[in-house]
Amino acid sequence: MTEKKLQVSAIQNGTVIDHIPADKLFDVIDILGLDKINNQITFGTNLESKKMGLKAIIKLSDIFFADNEINKIALAAPEAKLNIVKDYQVVEKKIVEVPDSISGIAKCGNPKCITNHEEIITKFQVVNKKKVALRCHYCEKITDSEHMEIF
Amino acid sequence: MKNKNLVSITDFSKEEIFKILNLAEEFEKNPNQNLLEGKVIATLFFEPSTRTRLSFESAISRLGGKYIGFTDAASSSVKKGESLKDTIMTVANYSDMIIMRHPIEGSARWASEVSRVPVVNAGDGANQHPTQTLLDLFSIRKTQGTLDNLNVFFVGDLKYGRTVHSLLQAMSMFNTTFNFISPEELKIPVEYKMFLDKKGLKYYEHRDFSDIISHADIIYMTRIQRERFSDPMEYEKTKNSYVLRKNMLKNTKENMKILHPLPRVNEINIDVDSDEKAYYFTQALNGVFTRQAIITSILGLK
Repeated sequence: MTEKKLQVSAIQNGTVIDHIPADKLFDVIDILGLDKINNQITFGTNLESKKMGLKAIIKLSDIFFADNEINKIALAAPEAKLNIVKDYQVVEKKIVEVPDSISGIAKCGNPKCITNHEEIITKFQVVNKKKVALRCHYCEKITDSEHMEIF
Repeated sequence: MKNKNLVSITDFSKEEIFKILNLAEEFEKNPNQNLLEGKVIATLFFEPSTRTRLSFESAISRLGGKYIGFTDAASSSVKKGESLKDTIMTVANYSDMIIMRHPIEGSARWASEVSRVPVVNAGDGANQHPTQTLLDLFSIRKTQGTLDNLNVFFVGDLKYGRTVHSLLQAMSMFNTTFNFISPEELKIPVEYKMFLDKKGLKYYEHRDFSDIISHADIIYMTRIQRERFSDPMEYEKTKNSYVLRKNMLKNTKENMKILHPLPRVNEINIDVDSDEKAYYFTQALNGVFTRQAIITSILGLK
């Protein structure tokens, strides 16, 4: 009888995104548009983490991100860590960095903001990187991480 | 400054602010000039604001310009469901400059990005009203002889009052000491306190309107609106606590001036009007000169 084992442990080539807060997994999936690609992807969530309680992890086969692309997830997962895997070996480790400004990812929390009334790509200046807070380029109001909605 | 938009007071540097104020002084001496001959300026008021609109239209008329536009959204194509972008792109074809008032925040910034002519924000919701800020600065400098090192008191609705927020941002460039007098429900938002902390400026918050005003160089009064209170009882309790009366002016500085963006309801008792410290009606007149300075600078005529 063959041994039954779920194939989540290793990827040959690709990217592993670790230390995603468990409740932000689906935001990260949205931001990176992972629901629209055909590569093999493995998700794990509500995994125990000594550092953060419950975490999520994503393993992406044959996908490598440019820095500016991956930094977008910092809004949802500011402590995420990336392992770049080549031939089953981790060849590089990266941490995400919150960018200075972001465009088209988050929704402005101000219901009276023009971006919530007309079709406009949102733009924000990141005013706090530790506890992410965004200042809307249009209405100039601050949207903090608790009120942040990701498109 | 030619073709520059004026959406937020922070769009202008200190030097540019001084240029506007100096120019406004020139217009004060000589308000009727034919500088805008042949120019068409659009005044788009998506929500009514009689005072601001008349001030702009007076400024344009005294300089020999023409204006086109509407006085509230009900009489425009907005009622038919046209987007702001379409309205602005269309009107930009008919005019040399767009002056707009809109209830939605950020609307003027968006308009400035789609318009091929410069946009001047005449108020976008609770966000910005930079021409008011410039006329306030003009009034302060004119009465105090300087903008530096003044003690400015803001009274009333400091939470929603955009004139307060913009003036605070502008005055922060001049080593101002700020005093905020307001009910708990309408206190100055934390983001502005953080802003002042970052700049290392002193500010004090007060819940009572007391003798403390004897330190003021400027008292900036604002209207407290009933609809701002979640609890109507709270409004009834506080509405009379932030009223300035003549007998309160006794110990104030000789050169202290009282400003108000107007319209006033009852927050400045009419017995103050005849006092030489009352400056709010002259402040409104200064609005015309300041707007003349803004329009002619942006059109590259001055």
